[in-house]
Amino acid sequence: MEISCHRISSGRASGPALVSKERISFLGTVDQETGKVVDPKHQLFGKDVAGKVLIFPGGKGSTVGSYVIYQLKKRGVAPAAMINLRSEPIVAVGAIISGIPLVDGVPAEILDLEDGTFVAVDADGEMVRIEER
Amino acid sequence: MHLSRDEEEALQGERGESLRRAMEILVALGDIYGADRLIPVRSVQVAGVSFKTIGEAGLEWISDLRGRVAVPSVLNPAGMDLSRWRDMGIDENFAKKQIEIVDAYRRLGISPDCTCTPYSIRPDSARRGDHLAWSESSAVSFANSVIGAKTNREGGPSALAAALVGKTPRYGYHLEENRVPTIKISVDADLEASDFGLLGYIVGREVGDGVPRFHFRRRPQVDELKALGAAMAASGSVALYYFDKDGPPAPKGAEEIPLGAEDLRAVREENGPDDEVEIVAVGCPHSSPKELEELARLLAGKKVERELWICTARGIAERCPGLVEKIEGSGAKVFCDTCMVVSPASDRYKKMMVNSGKALAYVPGLCKIKAAYGSAEECVGAATGKAAARRVS
Repeated sequence: MEISCHRISSGRASGPALVSKERISFLGTVDQETGKVVDPKHQLFGKDVAGKVLIFPGGKGSTVGSYVIYQLKKRGVAPAAMINLRSEPIVAVGAIISGIPLVDGVPAEILDLEDGTFVAVDADGEMVRIEER
Repeated sequence: MHLSRDEEEALQGERGESLRRAMEILVALGDIYGADRLIPVRSVQVAGVSFKTIGEAGLEWISDLRGRVAVPSVLNPAGMDLSRWRDMGIDENFAKKQIEIVDAYRRLGISPDCTCTPYSIRPDSARRGDHLAWSESSAVSFANSVIGAKTNREGGPSALAAALVGKTPRYGYHLEENRVPTIKISVDADLEASDFGLLGYIVGREVGDGVPRFHFRRRPQVDELKALGAAMAASGSVALYYFDKDGPPAPKGAEEIPLGAEDLRAVREENGPDDEVEIVAVGCPHSSPKELEELARLLAGKKVERELWICTARGIAERCPGLVEKIEGSGAKVFCDTCMVVSPASDRYKKMMVNSGKALAYVPGLCKIKAAYGSAEECVGAATGKAAARRVS
């Protein structure tokens, strides 16, 4: 299935989906050395964002979160791509300075996607492709 | 968003990777906020300077950047006085990281002036009607409200992107339609200088991100407006307010909040100093020459018995060496480039007395210590007299 989207940060990448219905504050929620979600109160607690297509409504919290995304990328443990319902500046800026493809403007049903579903994000072509199960 | 051919080429990477990333940030933010195009800015003030705030993550990003700013740019306060950090009790590791951050910004052509009052050291960096990309919330408020320039409150990367490109997306406070007052605040009291910080502290909590139009009995002085705006931007997120006949009127039917002396008294009493106060810190936002003069007068012939910090911009301290000498003759310390809110040096005390509504709002959360409020005179009294820290009312 293909869904059109809006490009925030350029590039193309694919990987297994990791879906959060909750917003994500990268500072304090994701460990920048390992890419693991370390906030026990977060829905994704214990999960690993590395190499995933991380799908979540949008960011929240401290603006330092942008730099945390950058660190994840440098450590090789960043998401391969990210998809938001509506991007806000923290995640948008984090994705751009890190060179991680990020799109938004997708339908909310994308949050019902099963973890592990293969998803390809083409930010330049403003298209998300979801592999049928 | 509409881009000129030049901007489009920069976005495609034809002007190098740094400019491509910078353009990408501006375009993404422009899209998110519905901007129609980019507009030139006269100056930039970049946030994300204190190592305490941005940590290793921020340092890594800044150190990797290449390029050269296109417009005059300065920095937000750092986590320490860049030359006298040992006197603040800052450890070697923090100092090393902090200096690396400022050096990395300097390599991009940004002036290492670390201040929340850039307008005080570079009056030509913001004039009435200019578009700016400033970051620090009190500087943003001052630029919009007192100078009559136009700026949103930028984050670190968006300010830096604006500095590299020399432009910012046209949305928010760059547009007249967003500069209309949303709420009226009538202040029925004869205000003293130290009331303005408290007033801002109260109003910020009430109006959030609104645009208040004040009605005062008298026209406030510049330093009073600085304190008012800073406090409203800390306890709320007010980036623009009106205090005189200038600017558009509040629309008919706009809510009006009446405030009086009793409201100020209540907050003053609630936050009065006591014996727990271990340190007194003034200069949030950074002290002006006039405020330094007042402090020198208050401290004349006295010796401090508690730690007393006076924070200011290096450019101001250098302009007033005589005042600095007089102040330090009392044992007080004049620190530049930093402040009590962003420096980790504050964290080792139990309770800090301040004369700033902004510091009162931020110190408990950001330094994890208690805060008390008093006028500049009461602050000096608390620092110089053993018993003076007790409630003075």
